[in-house]
Amino acid sequence: MVSRRNFLIGGAALPFLSYIELADTAFAATPKDILVVAQQLDNMTSLDPHEGFEAVGGEVMSNMYQKLVRANSDNPDQVLPVVAASWEADADNKVFTFKLADAKFSSGAPVTGEDVAFSLQRAIKMNKSPAFIINQFGFTAENVESRIVAKDEKTVTLTTEQPTAISFLLFCLSANIGAIVEKKVVMANEANGDLGNAWLQKNSAGSGSFKLQAWKASESITLVLNENGPYKGNLKRVIIRHVVDPSSQMLMLQKGDVDIARDLTSEQLKALQSDENITLVRKQIASLVLISLNQNNANLAKPQVWQAVKWALDYEGMQKNIVPLTHAVHQSMEPAGFPGTVTDTPFKQDLEKAKALMAEAGLKDGFDITLDHYSAQPYPDLAQAIQANLGAIGIRVKLQSAENRQVLTKMRARGHEMALSAWGTDYFDPNSNAEVFCINKDNSDDAKKKPFAWRSSYKDDAMTAKAEAARDEKDPAKRLALYEQLQRDFMANSPFAVMFQTTKTAACRKNVNGFQLGVLSEGNSYLETNKA
Amino acid sequence: MNRRFKSLAATLSSVFLTLFGLTVLTFLIGRVMPVDPVIAAVGDNAPEDVILRVRAEMGLDQPIPVQFLHYLYQLAHGDFGMSVLTKNPVAQDIVRFFPATFELATAALLLAALIGIPLGVWAAVRQGSFTDQAIRVVCLAGHSVPVFMLSLISLLIFYSALDIAPGPGRQDIIYDGMIDPVTGILTIDTLIAGDLGAFWDALAHMAQPVIILAYFSMAYIARMTRAFMIDALKGEFVITARAKGLSLTKVIWGHAFPTVAVQLVTVIALTYAGLLEGAVVTETVFSWPGIGQYLTVSLMNADMNPVVGTTLLIGLIYVGLNLIADILYRVLDPRVK
Amino acid sequence: MIATFRNWALDESPSSRQQAAWGNRYRIWLNLRGNALGMIGLTIILAFIAIAIFAPLLATHDPATQDLANRLAAPSAAHWFGTDELGRDIYSRLLFGGRVTLGMVIAVVVLVAPIGLAIGCIAGYFGGIVDTILMRITDIFLAFPRLVLALAFVAALKPGVESAVLAIALTAWPPYARMARAETLTVRGSDFIAAYRLTGGSSWRIIFRHIMPLCVPTLIVRVTLDMSSIIITAASLGFLGMGAQPPSPEWGAMIATAKRFIFEQWWVAAIPGIAIFLVSLAFNFLGDALRDVLDPKGN
Repeated sequence: MVSRRNFLIGGAALPFLSYIELADTAFAATPKDILVVAQQLDNMTSLDPHEGFEAVGGEVMSNMYQKLVRANSDNPDQVLPVVAASWEADADNKVFTFKLADAKFSSGAPVTGEDVAFSLQRAIKMNKSPAFIINQFGFTAENVESRIVAKDEKTVTLTTEQPTAISFLLFCLSANIGAIVEKKVVMANEANGDLGNAWLQKNSAGSGSFKLQAWKASESITLVLNENGPYKGNLKRVIIRHVVDPSSQMLMLQKGDVDIARDLTSEQLKALQSDENITLVRKQIASLVLISLNQNNANLAKPQVWQAVKWALDYEGMQKNIVPLTHAVHQSMEPAGFPGTVTDTPFKQDLEKAKALMAEAGLKDGFDITLDHYSAQPYPDLAQAIQANLGAIGIRVKLQSAENRQVLTKMRARGHEMALSAWGTDYFDPNSNAEVFCINKDNSDDAKKKPFAWRSSYKDDAMTAKAEAARDEKDPAKRLALYEQLQRDFMANSPFAVMFQTTKTAACRKNVNGFQLGVLSEGNSYLETNKA
Repeated sequence: MNRRFKSLAATLSSVFLTLFGLTVLTFLIGRVMPVDPVIAAVGDNAPEDVILRVRAEMGLDQPIPVQFLHYLYQLAHGDFGMSVLTKNPVAQDIVRFFPATFELATAALLLAALIGIPLGVWAAVRQGSFTDQAIRVVCLAGHSVPVFMLSLISLLIFYSALDIAPGPGRQDIIYDGMIDPVTGILTIDTLIAGDLGAFWDALAHMAQPVIILAYFSMAYIARMTRAFMIDALKGEFVITARAKGLSLTKVIWGHAFPTVAVQLVTVIALTYAGLLEGAVVTETVFSWPGIGQYLTVSLMNADMNPVVGTTLLIGLIYVGLNLIADILYRVLDPRVK
Repeated sequence: MIATFRNWALDESPSSRQQAAWGNRYRIWLNLRGNALGMIGLTIILAFIAIAIFAPLLATHDPATQDLANRLAAPSAAHWFGTDELGRDIYSRLLFGGRVTLGMVIAVVVLVAPIGLAIGCIAGYFGGIVDTILMRITDIFLAFPRLVLALAFVAALKPGVESAVLAIALTAWPPYARMARAETLTVRGSDFIAAYRLTGGSSWRIIFRHIMPLCVPTLIVRVTLDMSSIIITAASLGFLGMGAQPPSPEWGAMIATAKRFIFEQWWVAAIPGIAIFLVSLAFNFLGDALRDVLDPKGN
């Protein structure tokens, strides 16, 4: 068989015969110890685990660093030990003691209590975007050195401001903000008192499966094996190539030039389902697609209109036809796969009921409204279906598509009327979403906190109180029960119509196994990945 | 001597004016973009206090004139600032992305000119014939199909089905990190490194995007050549030459074409400048880390330092190419005084 | 009546300016009619314009009616060109899309060509400081990456067909100005222009009556070639949320959205693609024919 290189070379370069001999062996496929992944990398801005705060970077970082504990993607009620071997709370639920297991950094040095304390202190002191996940326990740059302390080589204690449910604390520590970095290496690269931030954005100093070899923005990320880390498989390198176009990803996967394609569309996945060379790894992730109704609009502020919208949408039809493999119908504000999530879907399309509700709101003749939505698929298709659904009950929707950052900017300025957007959860605890959807105490334009609810001017004091009560409940079982009730209340009585939950699919070639997707991107793991 | 100095000064000042105009406009665009650059820096879910702090760190809480003066001060010191997205100095990013575009654009322009000009001349000589129409339809097809479709279909046929072209990217994975960037132009760097395997690999990876970009530009070059050439062939000196019994080939290339060449310089310069701007769509489909992608992604995130830096670079290229075209014009064309 | 007009128009010794002008126009038409390809082009364009005008009568479906259960259907008796990603009838959308797309293209050309031509000719004719100023402005716009410039409009205007037209026009005029200037430079020094100047013709008159017509043929070639790229540019602007807003069936946007299933359901993208190709080809044929007919050097 004439390979493509031979074809090209044969025509152009007779003098280089020796190369032709080389070509056949070298290009057979991607080498066995290198995993090549095609993925869209363009939103990644930092690989410092105490700074980076978006999905793709989160995944890369979680393969380079370990945390004290990690969430169990298959059993959301459980937390698994990683760097911490065991933990306990004192009687007041305020002092938490962690005993460390034996782990080693990529430099070969052991992970000590000092490294753990330094890492958590660093996260608080730098106070970057994700820091709120752990500083909500009362840590500040001033008090953190006295509240997070290394007692000895293998013991660390954390002292929280208020009594805290240990499950809440553990879930928060399982986020990337809880990543353990090697103090010595990081501080050796400190510049201008930045605690090594500039250096760590493009380098790694962790104890995870891989270490960072190179990050070339808009091109690739290359990870190499951490010889001292937990990875036991046959991979020596993981190369993540920035391939924007899903069609290109598809062709490269089918051809064997990449081993895993990460961003395929519904149509492409459908075609791959019957392809015996490909296995699909699927996971529902903590990302919701929802419509927000801005409460500063008089029509949208009517509770009957909230209801009418929710009863007018054809959830089933859209899911089955537009997003069959990438989204599932989901109506709770907490994503499935989280502890205590309500998965039933009470709303179905019922146009008569919706029309009756519109009449009850005094809007029998409907009204005009604008819906902002992302310009990337599948949002335009969904938006047009929503436009048709709402049109049937008299709501005349004008669509306004824009690049997603633009939609977000508009929502943050409360400039939208209706918006179709996505919300990704920050950490593995029901409070993560409950806080942004339910707790809004100051609805003024220059509020100190601007949670997701604030963007749509939604403030419900009863809902706020219930969310706070659930968050502060010490008894784990009771806590989940409170969250369940909260979700049902929110579903029935809020200006947010949650429609779908995203399902991510990694399409892997048959010789690749053990790649894992998590509910949060930090659960996406190469730890057990092998290539035959 | 003095006059030459004066004209040089005039040229330099006009270049400076153009670039200054570009800077002002780009800066203003950055400030009116309906995208908050802080979101790109900290993520959408960041709490309000972090957002306010980062906004201040980025100097975005200052009045716009102050921001502009600050930016000019930086620029005057040769500092293009940092990119929020890549966390690199803009200059360093451009040094990495521009050669990739340069490589594609130059190859595509050469190919487009080498094929487009003869095709245009041929069509003009055979004006109205079947050949003329066939050339027209072929060229036009390239112009009416969106580039992403052309690129995807090319990948499907030559990469996927026929297996005679490599897939997206600049090089094969086995060469990843093996070639030290010297010029950033991979075909040259591989030769410097003396790695012929990598050289052929890089060349093979260029083939598809180059052909597609060339096809797109060729349509324009061929059509303009044809139009100019038809005029030239009507000229009296051509008729005279023909009457003197010179062969058609000699008349076409010896007499008619040189007059056309002058006009073609502008066409080719504009085409080249357009190509050097980076072709976002082609770069996207072929995963080519070029300036077009860099600019687009930065712009979408309102990461303005890279946008201004890249715009200035592209502006400089335009100005430079135009100057060259202007000078050639004066040198080549006796009619221009 | 036609015969009367013919005789009147072709009168060898016209008695009025108007009659002479009509005579000229009629001769152009006669020449054009003799050009087979030009007529084919004109016919296709007129056909598409007619289709766009009579879309409501010709359409078999409402272009906005969705049928999610029947999405991406292959061409059939019920849907002649199949259905799109939301189960809408592609044939009907194509007809209605003609209105949006052709309207946009014509609007852009009408905006761009005269402006570019005027600026280029004025700069080339006067030279000196006028040339410097006009060409610096042209250079700034030309040197601007087109996307940046177009996106600036997102901020300034509301997204939609109108702002897309303006954005495209804003990025499209400078090449016309440069071409026109180059042409002007080559004829500025020629004998006949000098002769006009000697007879005391004002500069503006020389520019508008004698130089601009000379540039028109090249301009037409460029315009007709640009038609297709204008449609394609409109499509990419749509992708950035600036073009025609859904569910408006703009051809370029139809192709852009069908990109996702180009390998699986190719006809969804191919049908608007063929429409764009046909229209571009027709404009091109017509443009070439017009160029031959209008060329003052050829007469």
